[in-house]
Amino acid sequence: MTKEETIERAKRAKRKKAALGEDISIEEYIAGEEHPSLNSLDEFPAEYQQDLLDAGIEPTEKDRSGSFLQRDCSVVFSAVKYPGLELMSTTDALKEHDWLKEYLWKAVPVDTDKYTAEVELEQTHGYFIRSEAGKKVTMPVQSCLFISSDKIGQKVHNIIIAEEDSELHIITGCSVSHAVNSALHLGVSEFYVKKGAKITFTMIHNWSRGMDVRPRSAVIIEDDGAFISNYILMTPVKSLQMYPTAYCVGRNARATFQTIIYAHGDTVIDSGSRAVLRGEGSRSEIISRVISTDNAKVIARSDVIGEGANAKGHIECRGLMLSDTAELDSIPELKAERKDLDLSHEAAIGKVAEEEIQYLMARGLSEEEATSVIIRGFLNVDITGLPDALARETKRMFDMSLEKVM
Amino acid sequence: MLKIKDLTVEVEGKEIIRDLHLNIEEGEVHVLFGPNGCGKTTLLMTLLGFPCYKVTRGRITFKGVDITNSPTNERVKLGMGMSFQHPPEIRGVKLGDMVNIAQGRKEEAIDEDVIALAKRLNISVEFLNRDVNLGFSGGEVKRSEILQLLAQAPDFIMFDEPDSGVDVENIELIGKIMSELLDRNKMPSKRKKSGLIITHSGSIMRHLKADRAHVMLEGRIACSGMPDEITKNVMETGFERCVELCARTNEVDAE
Repeated sequence: MTKEETIERAKRAKRKKAALGEDISIEEYIAGEEHPSLNSLDEFPAEYQQDLLDAGIEPTEKDRSGSFLQRDCSVVFSAVKYPGLELMSTTDALKEHDWLKEYLWKAVPVDTDKYTAEVELEQTHGYFIRSEAGKKVTMPVQSCLFISSDKIGQKVHNIIIAEEDSELHIITGCSVSHAVNSALHLGVSEFYVKKGAKITFTMIHNWSRGMDVRPRSAVIIEDDGAFISNYILMTPVKSLQMYPTAYCVGRNARATFQTIIYAHGDTVIDSGSRAVLRGEGSRSEIISRVISTDNAKVIARSDVIGEGANAKGHIECRGLMLSDTAELDSIPELKAERKDLDLSHEAAIGKVAEEEIQYLMARGLSEEEATSVIIRGFLNVDITGLPDALARETKRMFDMSLEKVM
Repeated sequence: MLKIKDLTVEVEGKEIIRDLHLNIEEGEVHVLFGPNGCGKTTLLMTLLGFPCYKVTRGRITFKGVDITNSPTNERVKLGMGMSFQHPPEIRGVKLGDMVNIAQGRKEEAIDEDVIALAKRLNISVEFLNRDVNLGFSGGEVKRSEILQLLAQAPDFIMFDEPDSGVDVENIELIGKIMSELLDRNKMPSKRKKSGLIITHSGSIMRHLKADRAHVMLEGRIACSGMPDEITKNVMETGFERCVELCARTNEVDAE
């Protein structure tokens, strides 16, 4: 597809409402002023440092193979410390690599809805991350998309490529300054996991009450490739709708989605994970833990589509209700298109059981402490597939996010 | 250590225990026999202060403090502990976490201290990392409970059927650790810990010496006596006949 054709398609989809989620008027949001570049992350204004930390970003860049920071619609920092790794804004990457245009809108169709169309027509950067063939970048890359001003519409297009037999670990945080009352984040992310490659993507969303968020993500996984997503959302958000999809197209391609959501306040979330098992012997696992409290409304979706021979997919979604004014819909779906498949799901929604509280009190905890231990335990998913240091780091970020809400 | 006076307890509006008296002194271990449904577990849960066990009459005093209306965790802070018969499963909370909680530590890691304690009950590090009680066998539940008590080191410990569903090999080990938890290996004058053990089968009594035994029938202590005698009578003749054999002319006060 030529650039002109892409634009033409995007224009035709400009008014196309998304299949799910409340319709948002994009027109209200602006690009805002340009922000100056930084020489290092710790030059970032002190008032925002905590917001970075909350999104899992290490301002000292210690134990990171590279760092990327976009503030509103300006890329203010991008640095690589590791050979075999490329990291820059998508805008720069498209200038540098002529071949990159082949990857645009290949995993996510540009005319999916008005949000993808908007990102094509009014793109404000985003990041490009690529590991070279055979390079295992075990130290994580960190990237942060930060919103610091009111009425900003951030419209990023991210491209992530793990070339054959390479390994890439990404920590990405989306964060917003507490001064922002209303803003919009549109993020298209396209992941390409080549033969024998592996990407782990740990994402912390650190939004606030005024944010409308519409990520559009898809992953294409080739033979023996693996993609692992860990998603953590503990802060309130005005409205979030997303349904990332992993296409396991290669033989033995593997996809894992782990989602941890603590929805409180007036948060409205429609979040799902989908795996399309097209390759022979491809596998997927979708695990979610959702807590809904206060007046939060959450729809937790999951979908596995079995198309390839001997594909295997499992869904495990658990919900915990802490309030009578909250809502939680758990919608697991399975679709089989042939006979030699193994697809399964388990879904459950429960409450904090009185006898569990009493048991913990019998070991000396107060009722409040006991409830907190149970909630913590409920959300505690053992994250598999991460290097040890990153697994510890993710656990720390999870604990930190939880501390803030409990 | 523990004084129970005129205790009457209701569960969901139904009277389960009535006018029960029982005193357990420092350094004493009592064993409580009784058929299913006689109120043994209700008594333990009431002593621990679980909310659905309503004390409608009487008083419970522990270490001189009236705890009749205290919440569970306050009783635990005073030094009470319990080995549950059917503890609940808690997803995401590991046995190792429970050991840290029982020890009153904020520590989150399963460290050397925890591992050393676990070793004494033949509990592996792998087992410490399992979600507590989730898919545990009968014997594993008992060992897990006793491990948590080792960490907690209470002064007064209640055991709800520590011998049910446990194989011969483990019952000996459990008996050994229970004896230790209850200062049974010390000279009587050095014994500071007290205990109340519920047993249906009595098999734990082969591995643990108690000071006094009681038979509970229909919510009351129907007879009391020396543990060997009571155990023998219960095992050979059953609960009711034992009560007949041991009954005295006067109402038993079980002091």
